[in-house]
Amino acid sequence: MTEQTSASIAYTASELIAIMAGRLLVDGQIVFAGVGIPLLAATLAQRNHAPRLTILFEGGVIGPFIVPGELPPSTNEQRCTRRANMVLPSTDVLLLLQRGYIDVGFMGGAQIDRFGNLNSSFIGPADKPTIRLPGTGGGNDISSLTYMIVAMKHEKRRFVEHVDFITSPGWIDGGASRAERGLPMGGMWRVVTDLAVMGFDEETREMEVLALHPGVSFEQVQDNTGFPLRRVPEITTTALPRSEELALIRELDPGRLYTA
Amino acid sequence: MSKETLVKSYDTLRRDVAARDRGLREKVMTLEEAATLVSDGDHVALGGCTLSRTPMAMIWALIRARKQGLTISRSITSTEGDLVFASGLGRKIISSWFSQGIVWGISKVMRHHVEKELAEFDEWSHMAIGLRFRAGAMGIPFMPVRSMIGSDVARIRGDEVKPMNCPFTGERLMALPALNPDVALIHVQRADAYGNAQLDGLQFMDIDIAMAANKVILTTERIVSNDQIRRAPDHTRIPFFTVEAVVEVPYGSVPHECYGQYEPIFAQLDRYAALTSKDPVAGAKQYLDEYVYGPKSWPDYLSMVGMETLLTASRRGRVIFND
Repeated sequence: MTEQTSASIAYTASELIAIMAGRLLVDGQIVFAGVGIPLLAATLAQRNHAPRLTILFEGGVIGPFIVPGELPPSTNEQRCTRRANMVLPSTDVLLLLQRGYIDVGFMGGAQIDRFGNLNSSFIGPADKPTIRLPGTGGGNDISSLTYMIVAMKHEKRRFVEHVDFITSPGWIDGGASRAERGLPMGGMWRVVTDLAVMGFDEETREMEVLALHPGVSFEQVQDNTGFPLRRVPEITTTALPRSEELALIRELDPGRLYTA
Repeated sequence: MSKETLVKSYDTLRRDVAARDRGLREKVMTLEEAATLVSDGDHVALGGCTLSRTPMAMIWALIRARKQGLTISRSITSTEGDLVFASGLGRKIISSWFSQGIVWGISKVMRHHVEKELAEFDEWSHMAIGLRFRAGAMGIPFMPVRSMIGSDVARIRGDEVKPMNCPFTGERLMALPALNPDVALIHVQRADAYGNAQLDGLQFMDIDIAMAANKVILTTERIVSNDQIRRAPDHTRIPFFTVEAVVEVPYGSVPHECYGQYEPIFAQLDRYAALTSKDPVAGAKQYLDEYVYGPKSWPDYLSMVGMETLLTASRRGRVIFND
């Protein structure tokens, strides 16, 4: 990973994504987090601006505090349960999404399209895939039942006009199609990459750039995207990662398990 | 999956339970004896999740017993799924996610078998797998859910899922077929000789799996007295009458973890990843020869993993009790 230098602070793309995504979480929220950058970003928010943030893991955990340097290899090991308020069967923690207790779901993505649909199942046709990816896990449940933040690398091969396979539904075909298909709740809210923060137009549900990271131009974002991006008129620039934020991330992930 | 076996008939479910000796009786046996309770072609559900409380010793024993053609179901599948495919133990895995773990990248063994159409990975959402087991545990043929709707995950399941309208509100729901495995393999921290099992930490779907299955093969870190169980019955999660075999297997989830006992054996998992990422066929064969077919016994396999490695994993495993 090439390190980018802005002012006097150097950071990797993964660190930038984790910091920018963590800033979107609001104190008091209940967040359903996936492993990797989402877990790191949620923990960062919890230790930073959102001390009353409650993290849920699909392994069946409510309100843990991840121990620095002891990051779990998935959301299903004992490292996910440290100082938690409750452990419960995984089916039951997922059912909390259906009941409506979760403010936001937060996960990574392999491939996304202009309406925020995610693919983590197949590259190429499902009956004859070029690559069989690991699959949905809880992704389909989370994205079907609550609002979503996705954290991923901004690359043209990942930001495509149409995903090969809708594993986790976003706004489907845009407009009101998500609700019409039978998903009245939630939807894709934010996509955070190493270049920008994106949202979705209220009417058309097309992806739109809300904010650019320091030193990034809209054209650069567009060049790394496989479909025409909208931009909001009052496009902003995100604040540089602060040294305290980077220090926290490196304390949490000293072995660069998630942020390599 | 053929339509006849997608949902077991209620008659069959009730008849199978009625036919079993459900009295309080001792069921302690060896891994090899327990392996005879599984028949070729059975649907076998695995307890635990990803790298946690995987019934690894029992899977190891089934591979060594040269069982074949199993259908496996599990919430999330990791290296044990690779071994199922590579050994020929099973040709179909029903799961929500299948790879070694994000820190090791996408499983080359899974990819090889699925992309070459040598085996099937039937993908369902995580909650769908859970609710299928729960419907099975409840003795009902289906469970409605509000996820999987509108996605390709549901589309490629074809007739295995049914869009439905709520008979009361008219809302759109997805009906999921119950999953009633022939056998469940579940690894726990402690159980008595009758099969009363106590679980520490994360339960995943194990209780539903035990109730849904026709019989449970329990492996346990240790066998405790029935008196110990009766002193803390609120910790008992699986009742004895669902269980057909109790096998005492210390370190029975290695190289995966067992909550509060030991963490995953990262050195073994790294070695496995290195072997299989170079060549999924030869690498998996080498791993099977070395660690599954090679050892005289499970303790012999543990010796290969190494005393120092196991002690380190145990020390890390017990850390949670200091929090």
